[in-house]
Amino acid sequence: MSTLWESMGPALWPAFWITIKLTVISAVGALIWGTVLAAMKVSPVPVMRGFATVYVNIVRNTPLTLIILFCSIGLYQNLGLALAPENDTFIESNNFRLAVLGFILYTATFVAETLRSGINTVPLGQAEAARSIGMSFPQVLGLVVLPQAMRSVIAPMGSVLIALTKNTTIASVIGVAEASLLMKTELENNADQILAIFAIIAVGFMIITLTEGAVFGWAAKRWAIKR
Amino acid sequence: MTQQSTVLYDAPGPRARAINRITAGVFVVVIVALLVYVIMTLHTNGQLTGEKWSPFTEGGTWTTWILPGLLGTLKAAALSIVLALVLGAVLGVGRLSQHRWMRALSGFFVEVFRAIPVLILIYFAYYFFAAYAIVPSSQLAFTAVVFGLTLYNGSVIAEILRAGILSLPNGQSEAAKSIGMRKSQMMRLILLPQAVTAMLPALVSQMVIALKDSALGYAIGYIEVVRSGIKSASYFGNYLPSLVVIAIIMIVLNFALTSLAHRLERRFRQGKRKAPGTQAPADPPAEIGAGAR
Repeated sequence: MSTLWESMGPALWPAFWITIKLTVISAVGALIWGTVLAAMKVSPVPVMRGFATVYVNIVRNTPLTLIILFCSIGLYQNLGLALAPENDTFIESNNFRLAVLGFILYTATFVAETLRSGINTVPLGQAEAARSIGMSFPQVLGLVVLPQAMRSVIAPMGSVLIALTKNTTIASVIGVAEASLLMKTELENNADQILAIFAIIAVGFMIITLTEGAVFGWAAKRWAIKR
Repeated sequence: MTQQSTVLYDAPGPRARAINRITAGVFVVVIVALLVYVIMTLHTNGQLTGEKWSPFTEGGTWTTWILPGLLGTLKAAALSIVLALVLGAVLGVGRLSQHRWMRALSGFFVEVFRAIPVLILIYFAYYFFAAYAIVPSSQLAFTAVVFGLTLYNGSVIAEILRAGILSLPNGQSEAAKSIGMRKSQMMRLILLPQAVTAMLPALVSQMVIALKDSALGYAIGYIEVVRSGIKSASYFGNYLPSLVVIAIIMIVLNFALTSLAHRLERRFRQGKRKAPGTQAPADPPAEIGAGAR
């Protein structure tokens, strides 16, 4: 146990720090892109509605492993999309950013669907009143409907965030050194300590996901509109 | 007039139609420009040549790589969804047990396996089964994938079934008790079948998640459709075309299952109304299943 702790202990925080960074940056990106997709889906322009529908249906039905590989092989190796400056840590930071891009593209579809179900909970009268005082579609959506929709979907957004946190482990297939890759390395090096290694990593993830659940549960209670 | 009005905007007048047309035009131009850029870059990199795509017109590519991979995906997904249904029924009923220790144990199990990533369950199972030689090494990756998918999906299904049982009217269990059924009989014969039927759309959606997640087997070298696609790609040197073909296969499969879930949901809604001649609700069904994976 003590030898395991010697090799794993110091590596633990850096690995989980990468996991947290992947989660936070992807979450912000997915929230923005997902909101844009949701807005397109309810917009008066048919082409945009069509685009959003096709995008969501295609991307959410693709395995995330495939999307992450696609970002690495398709976007970087074939389209030459390098997301990091050329320097010593190029491969490391480029893979990290490609993974983030993949998570954003994928998670945004769930954000968009969640937001759209939130838009459905806003009472008709709200939008009608906004229209009757002469607001345009962007104003109705941006000032009246979306803010209320956001507040009513805080709890389901928490589920999306928790799923994203767990999904960041898939970045290990393109070599991003996050917690699950550390687990794999340690399992290879300490085959006699399998249960202990698993327990440590599992507890690490539980601390993150249960905290997220608690925070979003509290936030939903605090801010969600009671109807 | 071609557009119907919704709550968010009025039926567009002449000016709004003009604005919409301009917006649509700009949007289409941007999308087309993006597509052209992608195609040009692919062309410059030689990704669009016939030799990159021709392997998929030959039967050998399919029988050697793609179809065995697809079989691996379907095998892992199907077995784990069956096992997950069993595990989910046990845990779901366990959470409603009258014994406190049973409720606590099931609750703990469900919470833990929903909180940790499937991939680390798969890594754990892979190395654990290998170290203690629990399964033959040829079946190692397959067992590990099924193990991870079963524990995760079983926990989620437990929650789905529990919600289904709790949503049943009280009279169902009262009637079962009044004709002298024991608790286990009541669960097995009255409550669970109804909960499964009511939750069928959510269960089908969970199958989509299991199917997609079987691609996690990639990380431990399990021959599922993504891994087999990559293998064929390294043989022919056509990574991008392979990924595209694999993606199309998976999207079609999952889309079919998702549509099935939506159809089931609509049918149940209709069934509940019972009134003859009632139309199905026009709006698309609300989001089903809580999973966001």
